[in-house]
Amino acid sequence: MKRITALILAAVMIVLGAGLTACGNKNTDFKVGVILVGDATEGYTKAHIDGIQAAAKKLGLSDSQIEWKYSVPETSDCANAAEDLVDKGCKIVISNSYGHQNYMAEVAPKYKDVTFVAMTGDFAAISGIPNLCNAFTKVYESRYVSGVVAGLKLKELVDAGTVSKTATPNAFDANGNIKIGYVGAYPYAEVVSGYTAFFLGIRSVVSNVSMSVQYTKSWFNYEDEKSVANALIDAGCVIIGQHADSTGAPTACEDAAKNGKVVFSVGYNVDMLPAAPKAALTSATNNWEVYYEHAIKTVMEGKTLEQDWAQGYESGSVAITKLGTSAAAGTQAKVDEVVNGIKNGSVHVFDLNTFTVNGAKISTNMVDFSYLDFSGEAPRVVYQGQTLETVKNGYIEESVIRSAPYFSVRIDGITELN
Amino acid sequence: MAQTKTAKEPFVHVIRKEDTPMLKKWLIRIFAVVAALIVTGVLVFAVTGINPFKIYSSMITGSFGTPRRIRNTIKLMTPLLCLGIGLAPAFKMKFWNIGAQGQMLVGALAASFVALTFRHLPGGLLIPLMGLAGLLAGAIWGVIPAIFRAFWNTNETLFTLMMNYIATFAVMYSVDKWKGESSGFASFKQIAKNAVMPAVLNENFYICTAIVLLLVCLMYIYMKRTKHGYEIAVVGESEKTAVYAGINVKAVMIRTILLSGAVCGLCGFLTVSGIDFTLSSTMNNGFGFTAIVVAWLAKFNPFTMIGTSFMMVFFQNAASEISSMNANATEYLSYVISGIILFFLIGSEFFINYRLVFRKNHEKEGK
Repeated sequence: MKRITALILAAVMIVLGAGLTACGNKNTDFKVGVILVGDATEGYTKAHIDGIQAAAKKLGLSDSQIEWKYSVPETSDCANAAEDLVDKGCKIVISNSYGHQNYMAEVAPKYKDVTFVAMTGDFAAISGIPNLCNAFTKVYESRYVSGVVAGLKLKELVDAGTVSKTATPNAFDANGNIKIGYVGAYPYAEVVSGYTAFFLGIRSVVSNVSMSVQYTKSWFNYEDEKSVANALIDAGCVIIGQHADSTGAPTACEDAAKNGKVVFSVGYNVDMLPAAPKAALTSATNNWEVYYEHAIKTVMEGKTLEQDWAQGYESGSVAITKLGTSAAAGTQAKVDEVVNGIKNGSVHVFDLNTFTVNGAKISTNMVDFSYLDFSGEAPRVVYQGQTLETVKNGYIEESVIRSAPYFSVRIDGITELN
Repeated sequence: MAQTKTAKEPFVHVIRKEDTPMLKKWLIRIFAVVAALIVTGVLVFAVTGINPFKIYSSMITGSFGTPRRIRNTIKLMTPLLCLGIGLAPAFKMKFWNIGAQGQMLVGALAASFVALTFRHLPGGLLIPLMGLAGLLAGAIWGVIPAIFRAFWNTNETLFTLMMNYIATFAVMYSVDKWKGESSGFASFKQIAKNAVMPAVLNENFYICTAIVLLLVCLMYIYMKRTKHGYEIAVVGESEKTAVYAGINVKAVMIRTILLSGAVCGLCGFLTVSGIDFTLSSTMNNGFGFTAIVVAWLAKFNPFTMIGTSFMMVFFQNAASEISSMNANATEYLSYVISGIILFFLIGSEFFINYRLVFRKNHEKEGK
């Protein structure tokens, strides 16, 4: 018995001893801390991981200089994770989900020499917390371009007679518009801005289109996205766009296409060709590497990172993924042309001449940039922002006054189903 | 056992052991932990290539690496211990309350509702009001299955389990409603400042920890030193005996689960006001279920639960520390690790309570 006790005690001592020695060596190099809402198995988070890894490689950071926190929920766990990363010596802490922002804001004032970046957040600049930052891409630009890709396909189908009032009567609404479906996550500005850009992209090629948007009330739900897409396909939609993170909608399109339906998918974030080789045309996507390289470099050099950052095609921060084999002939040339137009300022996504609201063109669009709390009787201001005009030179500017999208005009031709 | 024929003695059989000496009990437990560490070390090394000693050291640093981590360990233990305390009287009575999670969530929901509705009240009034709302909501949520069990003998395990889902979705619904057009529910620190537990030594949760420690003492006294506590123990041992002794089993059951649910509901309030500062269906990471293990491992002794809740948090910290070590070590691996450690720990209780007897000769068993 005594011998066993001694053996066990010895084993425990070895473990403890190893533990304590390992505590001693602390890496004092520059470190980046990353808080992720998911992990590499999920498209949205994977895009961020890829972006950070690519940026780190360019900046010559080793693997050990990046501290990862995977699958951090939008609860006080996020605050714990952020503080833990500060403990580990991180000089910049990045979180990738909107819901992390509140917790980043809670931690940031305690560690003034660390930069906290709440990606996709919307109140850093008005919060009065100088070391809290937000960033977003102008993804509406690539959504517009993905709409052009869909529009070209639609034009090809109409020209070939594959889609016509006789061949596919269900694909037309009462006004003779061709039906398009959109699987949206939530009715927020981010989603509205995205689907409006997508729709305007299609309509820049084919003028007689209308779009139905159905919300899933979730950013990632394969089954829901698939069933919503199926309902839209059954209603006659020829193109299915999406602002949700799974491959549910493309899979529904692929299955329907295999059964002889004429339907094509435009995805988001990741290339959908593996899930839908026949139905996928392209996906609108972000290239986070551009921002991450900028942010990490800025902090490494000891400079101050701007509190609000948004860029699009001008710096390669957004893109569309590889065109599918189903894309119409000549699509690439048209895409290049539109992208160039966006870059040189000859194409504006939310051009006031391209849409109407309640039958009339608009000339003004004031937006209140305050961060509001809706939990009471009337919305109350948490962080006061200004109310500003977003119309400029005949178009609505998006992601300029604030990086997080704020275009939430409901234009004619788009119907929200729920 | 009526038609047992000439019983052939099995190769090995299990005999219940009484009075295992304290030292031996702990040696068995320590051995289990060491064995679990070896198995997890080998497993993690095989999957990720990380040196097992690095893993062991990161397990320790996960909970104690820095002063902040020690504080964080206490912060995580607070709600877990509270839920364990809540479950103790129910389990002692052999009422399988699997609904701690739901009771906690409705407690948090009620406290949040009060916080948002009466946010202009001074904190000294608002916070106790939130606590009361949490207590009541948890008690009501718990007592519904208890009434069904007491009067119609329904299965409380399933009933309490199902109540969790209703609570989860009620919270999701409320959060969705309260966040309105914004894409996230703001923190109480931003929208209802009076509802936030005052900070002591810069931490809001210390008051919560103090309340839970007080509850530990009170629950210990209640269960060991009062008539109520004795009645709970008797009902737990045998309902028939309790009836024979003149105990009103229905009343004891309902009273006990009211208490159990109330403590779990209080945990929801403490989390909302002092730990999370917001309402979320994922608050406390499913601690309502982890608390079942905490209560069982401690044999329903509130003071022992301080140790068992620490142990669970320690392993959780260890797992999350390991999962951030390299790309192959995802959180799923950390769940596997926690699972293995728990398996060994719970398994070791078998060797404390039972003895294996191997067949020596062909004597008949005199059953």
